[in-house]
Amino acid sequence: MSDLRYTEQHEWVRGEGEVATVGISAYAAEQLGDVVYVELPEAGRQVEQSGEIAVVESVKAASEIYAPIAGEIIEVNVSLEEDPAIVNGDPTGKGWFVKLKLKDPEELKTLMDQEAYATYVEGLE
Amino acid sequence: MTGSTMNRQGRQTQPHAAPANVNVTQTEMITGNRGLQIEEGLIFDHGKLDVTGVDFAVPDDTVEHRLGNFARTSVIGLPGLSEPEAVRHYVRLSQKNFSIDTGLYPLGSCTMKHNPRLNEKMARLDGFMNLHPMQPHKTVQGALELIDTLADWLKVLTGMPAVAMSPKAGAHGELCGLMAIRACLEDRGDARKVVLVSDSAHGTNPATAATCGYAVEAIPSTRDGRVDLAALKARLGPDVAAFMLTNPNTCGLFEREIIEISEALHEAGALLYCDGANFNAIVGRVRPGDLGVDAMHINLHKTFSTPHGGGGPGAGPVVLSEALAPYVPLPYIKHELGEYSLVEIEEEAVEEGGKPFGRLSAFHGQMGMFVRSLSYMMSHGSDGLRQVSDDAVLSANYVAARLKDHMSQSFEGPCMHEVLFDDRFLKDTGVSTLDFAKAMIDEGYHPMTVYFPLVVSGAMLIEPTETESKESLDQFIDTLIALTERAKSGTAEEAFHQAPTMTPRRRLDETQAARNPVLRWLPDTPTAQAAE
Repeated sequence: MSDLRYTEQHEWVRGEGEVATVGISAYAAEQLGDVVYVELPEAGRQVEQSGEIAVVESVKAASEIYAPIAGEIIEVNVSLEEDPAIVNGDPTGKGWFVKLKLKDPEELKTLMDQEAYATYVEGLE
Repeated sequence: MTGSTMNRQGRQTQPHAAPANVNVTQTEMITGNRGLQIEEGLIFDHGKLDVTGVDFAVPDDTVEHRLGNFARTSVIGLPGLSEPEAVRHYVRLSQKNFSIDTGLYPLGSCTMKHNPRLNEKMARLDGFMNLHPMQPHKTVQGALELIDTLADWLKVLTGMPAVAMSPKAGAHGELCGLMAIRACLEDRGDARKVVLVSDSAHGTNPATAATCGYAVEAIPSTRDGRVDLAALKARLGPDVAAFMLTNPNTCGLFEREIIEISEALHEAGALLYCDGANFNAIVGRVRPGDLGVDAMHINLHKTFSTPHGGGGPGAGPVVLSEALAPYVPLPYIKHELGEYSLVEIEEEAVEEGGKPFGRLSAFHGQMGMFVRSLSYMMSHGSDGLRQVSDDAVLSANYVAARLKDHMSQSFEGPCMHEVLFDDRFLKDTGVSTLDFAKAMIDEGYHPMTVYFPLVVSGAMLIEPTETESKESLDQFIDTLIALTERAKSGTAEEAFHQAPTMTPRRRLDETQAARNPVLRWLPDTPTAQAAE
């Protein structure tokens, strides 16, 4: 999926005009192991770039999820609260966390693309 | 449930379905028992409502009670057992325990060391055992003197001027330390919002800071497993209240730059909290007070050998620096004119120049643990305590030296009291850290700490402690080497996935337990409730 951009903290973001969908990468989901709990923010909140937007808890650890770019949270994926396993099953699809209305869609370009992220992950192993 | 339920690098958390080609011989038993290992049900499944092991007189129900609406209207439903039934139930459960009295217990950062029986003898002295915390001070002078003497040992060993004795465990001690820090900063009119923790910190550190109302931020580790001093310095500022650091840290390494760390913190108006969980590696060698530490809890139940891990309550006294000493919580011991007493009320503390931040618990702390710890200290003496630390470090380094060519040690060079391995040596074997740990159980060993600290992949943190003999360590090491070779041979992958096979229960489904916890027993049929 070449339209995704990534952060070093393993969030992905998919921009569509002013709106961007955010989740965690397949690599992050695999590293976390089975996700057992997701804490989501409330819609309407303004977040800065790298501001905390969610907490994900797996059988291994609890981790914060950060906003890849600044914006307003306009929608959260409440189905993750019911069934956190979606994060493991389809991290870059149905396992999305929030939708942001971006302050500046241009900021997206500062993030890693698929290829750069793949190289980055390889360097971690 | 969607998708894959295991991952290769991470922790595999669900039991594999038993494949047909693996022949795990397990005869179907008539009783469910396995030899003399008895399959024991819940006590509620045993008990009958009309049986009791105690002869109570039937209450005279003509007597008026004053419970009003609080009087129970349904049957309480407690299981009734005779004395031998109750004894058997708990003995059978206890036989499923693994303890330090059963075998080597290499749980890193938990310090499962031998609990000397002398401590137990001292704790059972009538004058300590049969006290009540509300007795008049004049009748418990010896007990108060013991607490005061222990406090003195802790201050001397840590080089710190004050100690709060009441915290009941390590995390409770952290809470005490951070509350003192908050009280101190607020008193300066400089309440701050952020507490920094190292990314290899115990999970209790960020939890404590959050409980105290602070925002928590992590400081990364360097490639050699220690705090990134430059990153810490870059983050310091007027909003940072404190930095929480474990030393030796959870990678089993001494934070060599701790003096620079504490100086940078103090310069920025922040304080240094040291997690003392690993103090057992440096007793008699290093005094945290000399390192610029402002508060540190001491796990008496680790460093000073009192039972723990379900075997007994913890105790987490907190030593405090000059800056934090006035805020020590109530109650504390006062020794004046040859008499010991407890300062219980704020006014009295204020008269003495104190500013206690409040009270952490009803009474003065874990008396039974105090007796055991002081017994340990006095029977070893200061030179003996140093020897204990030296031997703990030696044991861990012996394990490291013999295993480093077989397993992958995360950080080169000597370690402190525990040694950290990661899962690089299992790469491409199909065996995970969890599989490896479970296979150890089948070989009669409690696994080491796994998947912690988080700074390496598939962590295995081994702390052998000073109380294992060389023979015992060798046997343990030989077992790990043999398991490593088996994993690398490529012929036993499925057997690792199946482990443990020799236990009362096979591998548990941790994911299911976290996602759908069943926390309460309920009767199959509501007859218990309807029996009235």
